[in-house]
Amino acid sequence: MSKLLRILLPLVLLIVAAQMAAAQSLIPTPEFSDHPIPTSSHPEARSTLLEYLDLAALAVGLSLASLLALVFRSRRGLFLLAIVSLAWLGFWRKGCVCPIGAIQNVTLAVFDLSYALPLAVAAFFTLPLVFTLFFGRTFCAAVCPLGAIQELVAVRPIRVPIWLDHTLGLLAYVYLGLAVLFAATSTADLPTRLICRYDPFVGLFRLGASVNMLILGGCFLLVGVFVGRPYCRYLCPYGAILGLLSKVAKWHLQIPPEECIQCRLCEEMCPYGAIREPTVTQSARERFRGRRRLAALMLLLPLLVALGGWLGSRLAVPLSSLDPTVRLAERVRLEETGKAEGTTEASEAFRNTGQEAEDLYEEARKRRQRFAYTGGSPAAWMRLPLAAKLRAVGGGTWLGMWVGLVVGVKLIHLSVRRRRTDYQPDRINCLSCGRCFWYCPGEQARLGLISQESRLAAAATRRDVPARTPGLYTDITPQSPNPA
Amino acid sequence: MTTVPDRNREIDRRGFLVGGLRVAGAIGLGGTVGLRAALKGQAQDYVWQIDPDKCIACDKCQTLCVLEPSAVKCVQCFLLCGYCDVCTGYFPTSDFELNTAAENQLCPTGAIARTFIEEQAGVRYFEYTIDETLCVGCGKCVKGCELMNGSLYMQVRQDLCVNCNECAIAVACPAQAFCRVPAHTPVLVKREAREALESKVRELSKQDAEKPPKAKAPAPAVSKKKVQELLRKDARGILDQRAQDG
Repeated sequence: MSKLLRILLPLVLLIVAAQMAAAQSLIPTPEFSDHPIPTSSHPEARSTLLEYLDLAALAVGLSLASLLALVFRSRRGLFLLAIVSLAWLGFWRKGCVCPIGAIQNVTLAVFDLSYALPLAVAAFFTLPLVFTLFFGRTFCAAVCPLGAIQELVAVRPIRVPIWLDHTLGLLAYVYLGLAVLFAATSTADLPTRLICRYDPFVGLFRLGASVNMLILGGCFLLVGVFVGRPYCRYLCPYGAILGLLSKVAKWHLQIPPEECIQCRLCEEMCPYGAIREPTVTQSARERFRGRRRLAALMLLLPLLVALGGWLGSRLAVPLSSLDPTVRLAERVRLEETGKAEGTTEASEAFRNTGQEAEDLYEEARKRRQRFAYTGGSPAAWMRLPLAAKLRAVGGGTWLGMWVGLVVGVKLIHLSVRRRRTDYQPDRINCLSCGRCFWYCPGEQARLGLISQESRLAAAATRRDVPARTPGLYTDITPQSPNPA
Repeated sequence: MTTVPDRNREIDRRGFLVGGLRVAGAIGLGGTVGLRAALKGQAQDYVWQIDPDKCIACDKCQTLCVLEPSAVKCVQCFLLCGYCDVCTGYFPTSDFELNTAAENQLCPTGAIARTFIEEQAGVRYFEYTIDETLCVGCGKCVKGCELMNGSLYMQVRQDLCVNCNECAIAVACPAQAFCRVPAHTPVLVKREAREALESKVRELSKQDAEKPPKAKAPAPAVSKKKVQELLRKDARGILDQRAQDG
C-alpha cells in the first residue's frame, strides 16, 4: 500500500502542478524604459561544402582504387588508399553519410513521397554502384572506411569452411531486407535506420557511442583478426548489392598477369575465401545428376518463397515492436491494465501530452498492420488496386518471401556448373584487396622480384602438395608480402 | 603496364547476357536517380530538430549526442520571459539564496547569465541569457522554467549538429520529440513562444502605421525584422501539415 502511495503521490502532485501551471496566466514580459528586449538567434546550418568535398573525395577514391586494382596492380597502393579513406571518411568525417546507410535514405525516398533525397546522398549511393558495374568491388577494397578498418586488423586470417562461408554470406541479404523493410515502413520525420543504429564501427570513428556499440565494434575487430572482414562478408547490406553488380562487371581484377601456373598461392593467401579452384571434368552420370538437382531446385524456389512469406507474416508482431510508437503503446497498455508497475519516462511523457490512450493504440495498430498481411481472403485481395495489393501483402510477408528467394537462388547458384581452367576470384565475394596478385609468382616474376626459373619451380613443386595446406610455399614468398 | 589476356572478345551467350544485364543495370541506376531528380527538383537536405511542445527536458540530449558537449542547447525566448527576480529556471526550488553563487544555480555549468535590468514599483527585473559555449543540454533549467512561463526550451543547434543519418538521441527520446525538418526552416519555436512573437510583430506593425514617418523614433524594443526572420525559419507549419496528412 505504502509503495503504491509512493508511486501515486508524485504523480498526483505532478498532475496538480501541471494543471496549476496551465491555469496560471503567464507573467507578462515587462516594459522597460531603455532596455531593448533581444530576440533569440538561431545559427545557420553548416555549409554543404564539406558534403560536396566528400563527394569529390569519393569519386577520386573510387577512380584511384579501380586504377590500382586493375591497371597498376598495386596491393601497396590499395592499402595506402584504404588508410587515407579510413582517416578521411572514417575518423575525420565520422563515417556519415556513407553509401551503406544511404540505402535507407533511397528506400525512404521511394516509399515516402514527402521525403526528397538530397543530391549528395543520392550520389553517395550511386557512385560506388556504377564503379562496381565496371571494375568490381573496388569500393570495398580501399574506399569504404568500414572495410578499411577491418583490412587493417586482418593479420591472422583462417579459412572459414566453405559451407559456413556460404551460409553466413546469406545473412547480408537478410540484413538488407530488414533494413529496407524498416526504412520503408517508417516516416520521413522519424525514420528508423537499422544499418546506422547497429553500425559497429561508427562508434569507434566518433569515439563516442553507447558502451554496447563500442563493445560490439571491438568484438568485430577482434574477430576480424582471425576471420577476414566479418562485417563486409557476412553482414554488409551494401556489399550484398555490390556483389551482385560485381558479378556482371565489365572488367575485374585478374590474378596472374600472363598464364596461370596453378600454384594455388592465391587461394592460400586470400583471407576472404574468394578464390575458386579450376573445375574438374565430370562424368556423364555426374552431369546428369547435377542437371536433375538443378531442375529440382528450380521447382523448389517458388515453394521456398511461399514458405518464407508464410513464416514472415507470422513475424509481424515481433518485427513491429521495433517501432517506437508500437513499443510505447504496448507499455501504456501494460500500465493501464495494471500488468506493469510504475511508469517509464516515455509513458509519462505520453500522459503529459493529454492524448487518449485509445488513439495511441489505434496508431500502434495501424503501424503494426504495415507488417502483417491485411488483404483478407484471396478473392478480396485480387480485387484491390495494384498499390494497395502490394501494401496489403505486408512488410513481414515481403521480408519472408525475400529470405525464401535468397535461399532458393543461393541453392540454384551453387548447383549451376561452371567451367574454370584457372584459379579465379569469385566475383561476388572478391573484395579486390589485391592480395592474390601480390602473392602470384607470375606477378612477382613480372615485377622482377623473382626469376622466371623460381616461378616455374613453384609450378613444379605444387604437384607434390595436397590442396589447401596452409603454411607451405614459404620459399617463394616475397620479402614483405603483406603490408599489414 | 600489364597485358591481360582479353577474354571479353569472344561473344558467347553468357557474355551477351551479362553484357545486357550490365547495360540494364546502368540504365536503371541512372534512370532512377534522374527520375527522382526530375520529379522533385534539387532536394533540400533534412536536419534534426526538437519539437519543444513534446520535449520533456530529460537528460538524454546531454548524454546521448555523439558530440561532446551535445549539439542540443537551451534557447531563451525573451518575448515570453517574465524577467523574474526569483527565476525557477535559474534557482533550484529549495535551499537557495538570491545571489549568483554557484551553489545557488540550477545550471551545472553556470551557462545562464543573470543581469539586472530595472526596478519598477519595487519589483526587480533580471534578464537571463544562455552562454551556448557552456550549455551542455541537460535541460534542468527548461524543467525549472516550465513551472513559470516556459520561455526556455531545447533546440538542436544546426551549426554544431553533424546531422547523423540516425540520431542517437532521436532513437532514445522518450517523448518522440525529435523529428526531421527541411534545412531551410530548421527551427521549431515553442507554440506559446510563437504566439508571443507573432503578437509582437502585429504590435510593431501597428506602431509603424500610427507613427508619422519622419519622426525620430527611439530605439525599437524588439527588431521587427529579426522576429519575422525567426518566424520564417519556424518549421511548425510543416509539422502541422504532416499531422493533418498522417
